[in-house]
Amino acid sequence: MEKQKAVFKALKAAFPYTIPVFTGFTFLGISYGVLMTVSGFPAWCPILISVAVYGGSLQFAAVAMLLSAFAPAEVFAVALMVQARHLFYGITMISRYNNTGWKKFFLIFGMSDETFSINCSTKPPEDIDRPWFMLWVTLLDWAYWVGGTAVGAVLGNFITFNTEGLDFAMTAMFVVIFIEQWLKDKKHYTAVIGAAASVVCLLIFGADSFLIPTMLCILIMLAIFRKPVEKAGEEQ
Amino acid sequence: MIMTDTQILISIALLTAGTMLTRFLPFIIFREKAEVPKFVQYLGNALPAAIFSMLVVYCLKNVQLLSGSHGLPEFISIAFTTALHLWKRQILISIAGGTAVYMLLVQMVF
Repeated sequence: MEKQKAVFKALKAAFPYTIPVFTGFTFLGISYGVLMTVSGFPAWCPILISVAVYGGSLQFAAVAMLLSAFAPAEVFAVALMVQARHLFYGITMISRYNNTGWKKFFLIFGMSDETFSINCSTKPPEDIDRPWFMLWVTLLDWAYWVGGTAVGAVLGNFITFNTEGLDFAMTAMFVVIFIEQWLKDKKHYTAVIGAAASVVCLLIFGADSFLIPTMLCILIMLAIFRKPVEKAGEEQ
Repeated sequence: MIMTDTQILISIALLTAGTMLTRFLPFIIFREKAEVPKFVQYLGNALPAAIFSMLVVYCLKNVQLLSGSHGLPEFISIAFTTALHLWKRQILISIAGGTAVYMLLVQMVF
């Protein structure tokens, strides 16, 4: 009984943090479901992909590949390249996802940009069970994405409400998380490194292939400036 | 569609495998009981701020500054979100407000 209460309490604490994701994922998921069925795929196809892959940017990029000739090596390589940023999320969450028992598998399986951002930046109140809080965030976000996809795949043709721009909820969420991190840090070396590397690489490599060069730049800069960055971290 | 159902299913399996490799790899390399190298621990602390910068840029990667609306709806909405957040510090209000402004701008103004 006590345990059930703790689980429910964690759900109640986690849900509000996922509302922006609910908005963004429902909308983007519907768009994805509609796009896939309009492209000629049966409804189970986008739903299965959202359940198993659960990665919006890759899923949208893969539509064209799934419509072309069978190219397994290419499909796998594109998946690795588009999703490489998850390596950073994993490195960041190693200690936090330790000792979460059976929940660990799903916490890692469902670590999208949005779920990572919430679980990394949010410290739930003392009396909330943290592993359950993180699991609820992960589960809810995943369910929104799968639910949105299913709605789009099955009912796509009936939706007429003008939703243009609703996906900005995702951008706004990242902006807010960025501000919160900025206000928390006394020195802003790593935020500036991340911003500079992203913008410079975006200008050089273009929108479709700037993420991996950006990640390499960030790693190199963090290695070079390790002393001042570590010192700034200790001062907090 | 050119591919057979089996080929589609194999492609979906490969998309899943590639994705899961990037999500699980750090946890496979640094198992629970193993000592995590100091440099990786340092990265774990230093990366979040850099990642959040990267994600904001990532969301804006397709904005065209030289044509169309010149990124004005995005710029105005982010400025509004930031101002609202610094004023109220209420995450949901900031996000809802910024999104509403953006929807108004792209649907009615630009």
